[in-house]
Amino acid sequence: MTADQNASPGGTGPSPLLIRGGRPYGEDVQDVLLEAGRITAIGTDLEVPADAEVVEADGCIVLPGLVDLHTHLREPGGEEAETIESGTRAAARGGFTAVHAMANTLPVADTAGVVEQVARRGETDGWCSVRPVGAVTVGLAGERLAELDAMANSRAKVRVFSDDGKCVHDPVLMRRALEYVKSFDGVIAQHAQDPRLTEGAQMHEGVVSAELGLAGWPAVAEESIIARDVLLAQHVGSRLHVCHLSTAGSVDIVRWAKERGIDVTAEVTPHHLLLTDETVREFDAVFKVNPPLRTAEDVQAVRDGLADGTIDIVATDHAPHPRDAKDREWDQAAMGMTGLETALSLVQLTMVDEGRLTWRDVARVLSEKPAEIGRDEDQGQVLEPGAPAHVLVWDPRSVRAADPAEHASRSRNSPFAGIELPGMNRLTVLEGRPTVRDGLVVEQ
Amino acid sequence: MRHFISIADLDRDEAIAVLATAEHMAETQSRSIRKLPTLVGTTVVNLFFEDSTRTRISFEAAAKRLSADVINFSAKGSSISKGETLKDTALTLQAMGADAVVVRSGSSGAAHLLAHAGWIDQPIVNAGDGAHEHPTQAMLDAFTMRRHLRPGDPTAGLDGLHVVIVGDVLHSRVARSNVLLLTLLGARVTLVAPPALVPVGASAWPCEIRYDLDEALATGPDAVMMLRVQSERMVGGGFFPTAGEYSRRYGLTTARAASLPDHAIVMHPGPMNRGFEIAGDVADSPRSVIVEQVASGVFVRMAVLYHLLATDSREGPR
Ligand SMILES: [Zn+2]
Repeated sequence: MTADQNASPGGTGPSPLLIRGGRPYGEDVQDVLLEAGRITAIGTDLEVPADAEVVEADGCIVLPGLVDLHTHLREPGGEEAETIESGTRAAARGGFTAVHAMANTLPVADTAGVVEQVARRGETDGWCSVRPVGAVTVGLAGERLAELDAMANSRAKVRVFSDDGKCVHDPVLMRRALEYVKSFDGVIAQHAQDPRLTEGAQMHEGVVSAELGLAGWPAVAEESIIARDVLLAQHVGSRLHVCHLSTAGSVDIVRWAKERGIDVTAEVTPHHLLLTDETVREFDAVFKVNPPLRTAEDVQAVRDGLADGTIDIVATDHAPHPRDAKDREWDQAAMGMTGLETALSLVQLTMVDEGRLTWRDVARVLSEKPAEIGRDEDQGQVLEPGAPAHVLVWDPRSVRAADPAEHASRSRNSPFAGIELPGMNRLTVLEGRPTVRDGLVVEQ
Repeated sequence: MRHFISIADLDRDEAIAVLATAEHMAETQSRSIRKLPTLVGTTVVNLFFEDSTRTRISFEAAAKRLSADVINFSAKGSSISKGETLKDTALTLQAMGADAVVVRSGSSGAAHLLAHAGWIDQPIVNAGDGAHEHPTQAMLDAFTMRRHLRPGDPTAGLDGLHVVIVGDVLHSRVARSNVLLLTLLGARVTLVAPPALVPVGASAWPCEIRYDLDEALATGPDAVMMLRVQSERMVGGGFFPTAGEYSRRYGLTTARAASLPDHAIVMHPGPMNRGFEIAGDVADSPRSVIVEQVASGVFVRMAVLYHLLATDSREGPR
């Protein structure tokens, strides 16, 4: 994408941009100068270069651009819900400069051809960097491995493989996948859900499901797969990533695995940091999601896990759906929620404003660590001279009710509609060019 | 009352008021002219996404005896086209000018959604939603119990009674509605089921849960309600080993029925699996009120429609 409004006269690169008076990582006030797609200076009272634009950032937090390890962009095949263009607009509005596009598209991203197509579309249409995730198994069918090496060595340089939406349930297949990706430093991102324990499951199994008569989705269906997978990862010495962990038991298992030195990382979604199964009582399918919303105790446990580092990152699991897929009886409605445009607000609300994470921690869980897990060499870098100019300026003082109608996503299935959320995106910069100013996408 | 969706929406006075109205309705039905002019000119739609001839006929009879016009919409026939959603149907009914919609669905929450999604403005009656609730069934059960066990007082609840509900609680909307209503009316409820047919989370319900039917019956309950085993809903399988073992452990056999106190009644919401959860002889015995439950259903549904639709419903029925 090119934002030529910001191009320097006569040149092709972005013109210099000085972010003045903000607080990098929420710490001391320092100016940040971006030139030619790089950070060139950080310091107090930096001189304004002659042709530079100045963005006043008093009271704002300056962070490295956010990186989402778990995004459903829906293209190809699901363009009614989202496209790479609309999804990356949403990402930019959320402060992201990179997203990892999940493989459950039509066709499935299980060949070098499809992942290259997604990557190319990201380059031409994207408002942020698009890193394709490759499927672990052909057609997500869980039967035989996709050509992982071909995807890894394609132009898309895939490093994250996932059958997300489905669990790689067969233990032998999971073992082989973990072993196979070692040769190119890949990672298997597992959607942990035992399919037999969740046949027909509609919501978290507990007091609320009992009352509502909806088929239960037991915590053990997630925890048993995570327990098995960390042991497999240990056995074969591979790297495992656990997608959208949602229960207190899952946090315990990952904590146990890390204590034993097992190479596992884990993510939690913004919605699992706030919402519980009590929301299901109104039968509004905007609250239907996989994994399901759990109990208040689970919410507390995932917050604790994120605060103490057991959970490495926050990832959105942004899952747009057209209105018709949600305007239905609960058991017939689609699972998933949008999340890119509210993610940082949710992390601020549930973690920063509660004193559980500092802004430096936020940079870790929403930028540095997801980039490291995904092996995005250009993203999630420390803000310092020489680093690529992927920067977010966030005003934590703003508070307003979330309104999905304002979202850049093509879909409106945000569960936060009407909830007062803190924070506002003042500026997102991708390779030195603004993609978002004051919450609005900078049109080309 | 705006809708009749869930027993959880009712307070005790409202529940008693419906029962009292149902008693009035029962009286009118013993007269020579049974049809009341109460709902002349109103249209009640029976919207049945799930097949249930008995419940549909009961609502139809109730509406017609109040002189309402009845339109039957059913998914099994041709009136709801394939792929048409609840929302589409609701918008159609709104446009047609239905005055009330009685909805039956295999989806928990369907009636609630119809009442609150903004697709249709009319009163909604829940005729059963998934495994969630079947509030008119609970009302007719309470009505039947009251007639036998607390006769003569239209303001009476079910205080002090002990009701044992047996069987497939997991898949039963009847059990859920009855636990709520019977306890609201002051009864004590014991659920008896094999552990796999008790929902995880049911320990929060206001009732006792037991796994042994003989122990429960030995406490001398005033009413025993047998639930239908809903084999068609048993996703995943393995809830109990065989029908024979279930029957031996949880079936209401002649011997078990004989152990009950003389005054105790036996109930079943129907349709029954004779010889499985209940012995045929028990179903046909004098203590069985199963056929009477069907008649009660019409009175209770008349009362519910009356409370939702009659313009003079605040003064009580004539
Ligand atoms: Zn997933």
